[in-house]
Amino acid sequence: MSDLPVVPDGVAEIDLVGVRKGAFGSQGSGDTSGFGGLVAPIVMPGASIPPFGGWYDEVAEELALSLVDAGVSGAVEKIVIDRGEMTFYVMPENLVAFMTECRDEPALRFEMCTSVSGVHFPHDKNRELHIVYALLSITHNRRIRVEVSIPDSDRHLPSLVALYPSVDWHERETWDFFGVIFDGHPALTRIQMPDDWVGHPQRKDYPLGGIPVEYKGATIPAPDHRRSYN
Amino acid sequence: MTTTEFTNPDPFSGSYDTTDGTVYNLGGGDWDSIAAAPEGENERIVVNMGPQHPSTHGVLRMILELEGETVVEARCGIGFLHTGIEKNMEFRTWVQGVTYVTRMDYLAPMFNETAYCLSVERLLGIEDHIPERANVIRVMMMELNRVSSHLVALATGGMELGALTAMIFGFRERELVLDIFEMVSGLRMNSAYIRPGGVAQDLPSGAEEKIRETVVLLRKRLKDTSDLLVDNAIWMGRTVGVGYLDLTGCMALGITGPILRSTGLPHDLRKSAPYCGYENYEFNVPTQKTSDAYGRFLIRIAEMHESLNIVDQCLDRLVPGPIMIADKKIAWPSQLSVGSDGQGNSPEHIQEIMSESMEALIHHFKLVTEGFSVPAGQAYVPIESPRGELGAHVVSTGGTRPYRVHFRDPSFNNLQAVSAMSEGSMIADVIAAVASIDPVMGGVDR
Repeated sequence: MSDLPVVPDGVAEIDLVGVRKGAFGSQGSGDTSGFGGLVAPIVMPGASIPPFGGWYDEVAEELALSLVDAGVSGAVEKIVIDRGEMTFYVMPENLVAFMTECRDEPALRFEMCTSVSGVHFPHDKNRELHIVYALLSITHNRRIRVEVSIPDSDRHLPSLVALYPSVDWHERETWDFFGVIFDGHPALTRIQMPDDWVGHPQRKDYPLGGIPVEYKGATIPAPDHRRSYN
Repeated sequence: MTTTEFTNPDPFSGSYDTTDGTVYNLGGGDWDSIAAAPEGENERIVVNMGPQHPSTHGVLRMILELEGETVVEARCGIGFLHTGIEKNMEFRTWVQGVTYVTRMDYLAPMFNETAYCLSVERLLGIEDHIPERANVIRVMMMELNRVSSHLVALATGGMELGALTAMIFGFRERELVLDIFEMVSGLRMNSAYIRPGGVAQDLPSGAEEKIRETVVLLRKRLKDTSDLLVDNAIWMGRTVGVGYLDLTGCMALGITGPILRSTGLPHDLRKSAPYCGYENYEFNVPTQKTSDAYGRFLIRIAEMHESLNIVDQCLDRLVPGPIMIADKKIAWPSQLSVGSDGQGNSPEHIQEIMSESMEALIHHFKLVTEGFSVPAGQAYVPIESPRGELGAHVVSTGGTRPYRVHFRDPSFNNLQAVSAMSEGSMIADVIAAVASIDPVMGGVDR
């Protein structure tokens, strides 16, 4: 992409997850507004440069030290501090080691993994699926987010049920909605959709569904077929 | 038609071949040929409880393996109320999302709305610009909602254990709170009252007096409910020592809310990570050390009184002022008013956009149909709902619609504790344990 945005201050690099084309969601028809040729990159907040300030530095340093002690290198891809929330981007192969340190290291002590969520970025090449873990430390009253990106072609992640039993249903939900296979999960079955359901509904390539509705003679298309703004 | 020959001695099961292919009989009665009972366990049966059962707290299915009356294994089946709210939100504007999230945990709609709006506001970077009055109204509505939600927890929990008077009392008192919601927002439930940037409309005249009167009445009525149950021998017999889950279990299973506080840990997000100005209110975090269903019941009773105290403080803090953010690019353009027919736009606003200002009409139209854009990023702002930590993980790619919204619903997470709480206990105690978790299936399944 030629029109990459300028990297803002305090950010090491930008995170490009897709591109937005045109305006008003019009495709193929005669858009005379001139916005049809608009191309805008979709950029998520990029990596932050230390020192971060506050307790963020302490967590980052403690994690780096304990990961070295555990003999793990290159686990953290980048650290993003955005809107007061700290996100660690972790390599999938180091996820279990990283989470173990988060839970067991006394200076970190993230006792709870409160949720697992997925985000599907179909245009983020070889990083299509982002799995997001929310960790809470009641001891230190801190929260961090751990994000892992995996390619859609190889949708495997190690399960964290042995580490945090609370993620059992959350991982099942992420499998159900995104098709991520959590290796080592005791019973990775669908949880919200029926057992014989085909497809993973929260993926962006899964249609919303719905049928056009006729109202007073006019036909109103289903929500995902209406003209939309973007 | 050719003649068929039964190869199976039981004509009501098994299969036989015809010229059109194999025909299977599904008459039942063939359980022995499918699964033989393990050696020495001739009493073990599998019972499907729910999803349509009056005492499973909603459309919850429980698969119970029983030996006599003892539960050997308890598993939950959920998903019967899954409506794809999160998926639908990706096709609506940010403001329309409020209308969806309010329907998740239908007993705590104000909390769903607040959790979503706080995350959207953090993404917009307007957390500090929410007017004081809007924050006070939010806190007041949430605390009233906490009372109504706990009342339903007591009511349905009581009914499931056979205390029908508790059910009548609980729903009667809840109606008082719903009357306030109807007066303020126009709707008893699913009110979509809290919006990104503030609240949908100001309190109508007479609302403060009505809330004050209701708080007085609720205090009196709550005493009736607690008098009925707190020292009740039958109630204690059904709940004391039942549904036990200690602090270690809660930590491992990610349990929050009254269940966690029944282990003695005073973890409350209103104290540990205040939002909406909770740091300005004085209230206690009730705890118990019993880790059982009775302790959770006592906590809910005490929390209702604390909530009423917070509502009193809210009424004292209410000063006239704006209820929506000043930024006209975000604030909902119309001022709603409760008309004789329930709800509608204010006549003054209609007058302005229809006959006075063309620009105001354009602005209104753009903001209502297209909505506002939210800068790219993700946010998660958890709040303390009646059932524990409720938070919305909201992802934006800079568009006018959410890219992904995931609700961390406490009911969903806490329901995982059913196995730990009820395995090894009597089947009747499963009911008490589930009632003490107080899952709301609308929130579990979303």
